[in-house]
Amino acid sequence: MRAIVVEGLERAFGEVKAVQGVDLEVGEGEIYGFLGPNGAGKTTTMRMLTTLLLPTGGRATVAGHDVVGEPRAVRASIGVALQEAALDPLMTGRELIRLQATLQGLPTAEGRRRADDLLERVDLVAAADRRVGSYSGGMKRRLDLAAALVHEPRVLFLDEPTTGLDPVSRKTIWEEVRELNDEGTTVFLTTQYLEEADQLADNVGIIDGGRIVAEGTPESLKAEIGNPHIQLQIAEGSISEAEEVCGRIGKLLPPTDARTVLVEVANGAADIPRTVRALDEAGIGVESLELVRPTLDDVFVAKTGYHLEKENEAEQDAVEA
Amino acid sequence: MAANLRVVRALGMRSIRQTFRRPQLMAPIVVFPTLLLAVQTGGAGSAVDLPGFPPVQGFLQFMLAGAMMQSLMLAGNSGGIAFAVDIEMGFTDRLFAAPIPRFTIVLGRLAGTAALGLFSALWFLAIGLLFGAEIHSGVAGALIAVVLVTATAMAVGGIGAAIALRSGSASVVQGLFPLVLVVLFLSSAFFPLDLMIQPAKAIAEYNPFSFIAEGVRNPIIADIDATDLLYALLSIAGIVVLGLVLSARALRHRLKVG
Repeated sequence: MRAIVVEGLERAFGEVKAVQGVDLEVGEGEIYGFLGPNGAGKTTTMRMLTTLLLPTGGRATVAGHDVVGEPRAVRASIGVALQEAALDPLMTGRELIRLQATLQGLPTAEGRRRADDLLERVDLVAAADRRVGSYSGGMKRRLDLAAALVHEPRVLFLDEPTTGLDPVSRKTIWEEVRELNDEGTTVFLTTQYLEEADQLADNVGIIDGGRIVAEGTPESLKAEIGNPHIQLQIAEGSISEAEEVCGRIGKLLPPTDARTVLVEVANGAADIPRTVRALDEAGIGVESLELVRPTLDDVFVAKTGYHLEKENEAEQDAVEA
Repeated sequence: MAANLRVVRALGMRSIRQTFRRPQLMAPIVVFPTLLLAVQTGGAGSAVDLPGFPPVQGFLQFMLAGAMMQSLMLAGNSGGIAFAVDIEMGFTDRLFAAPIPRFTIVLGRLAGTAALGLFSALWFLAIGLLFGAEIHSGVAGALIAVVLVTATAMAVGGIGAAIALRSGSASVVQGLFPLVLVVLFLSSAFFPLDLMIQPAKAIAEYNPFSFIAEGVRNPIIADIDATDLLYALLSIAGIVVLGLVLSARALRHRLKVG
């Protein structure tokens, strides 16, 4: 059973094609990480899937309902927590969740009970009657998440749920997402954080320039890039001798500096002991040795030609400047 | 249907709370019209002696309708500003993503604006009674004024909501503030038609807010006049239809462009 099916989805704003023929499938009970830099088309895709924006091409179904033909059925099946934590700063946390319960058609008593339960779940009981404007960023995201859960949706859409949060708040949100997923909720998550996608997602779609450039489990995507490699910092002896020794163990990779040897190995950690022994027998001193596995950033670079996190940092610097 | 009414009521309540919690939205509805009423009543009270001025008990009695008109117009404008703020901060996305008919979002906002109109009518009737103005047609007359003011606030709120939906910008809606006053001053809200000069008089004669102002004022200063009441109701209906049509078009546009 597929929770989300997207076929050739497109969205143009005048001449600008924000989303260009996206195809993806998300299984029931899966966490799908939609990874890409700002402006890649993540939010536009999510807005179409949540019926906030009409597609200009292609089709999509969410929880078995067409996003254009049956938008109300889609909206009844989904919970949405939006990127900018769309919260009214003048409302209290309790008022917001109760309003959300009414919007979802819950009877008053049921809505009040759900609001109390959810406030407890996201640890906001003490702040429940304070205005949202006085909440920290992490509290706002937790409240937004709680509001999205009020009707126990089948599919939960989270648009960059941890952007701008400190590491502790980020981990709290991750734990909550995992718990929800364990309870059976399908989660569609956009993020620009590689670690977030790696930690949370069962499947990852990488979007760049409005197109999906790679899709699969984090492990399969990393495996596509190649085997892990051993990174050696040589302390004594000739670097060329070290390269010769390592070349017998695996495939040499271009070095990053004059004292470093990189060798791709087929068996991962199992190749470390024989590498150490061979270097020792050749009388080559090693300052440091590390097994480096491919990361999602390596996948991103391979697919797009640039580093996602450097892109994010550059944008953050520009914003701060 | 019952579920939709619950949504409209909940959104209306939120709208009212939002206005009372944001002083900059409340001030134009209560403080400014009250101050203007005090200044005008205190400073231009002898206007009632001018030839052509309708027979009234006093200038305050005449001006109550003007103060209510100003208040309800600014309530409609404030409602539009609050709606645009919701769009700017993304709150309307929360509403659009809920399984409710989207017109309930506009109706919820209008219900809140109507409640502010009701509050405004009661406020100025209370001030009038407190400072000695009589309601000539008694309870029935007061009731007519309250109903007309409440309905007009909702109607004007519809125009404000349409502009908010179309522009998505609070500053654009706020920019209409002076226009609201121009529309009012080019009506009979503050001056009797017979004392206005051209071309303002010609404009005021066809300004629907003149008909509404006369409909509100008539039962306060004289016996209930069915013709005045009918013209006021027709004017309100026209503004309601215009507001709803514009809101529906703007809503479609917003959903299309995201």
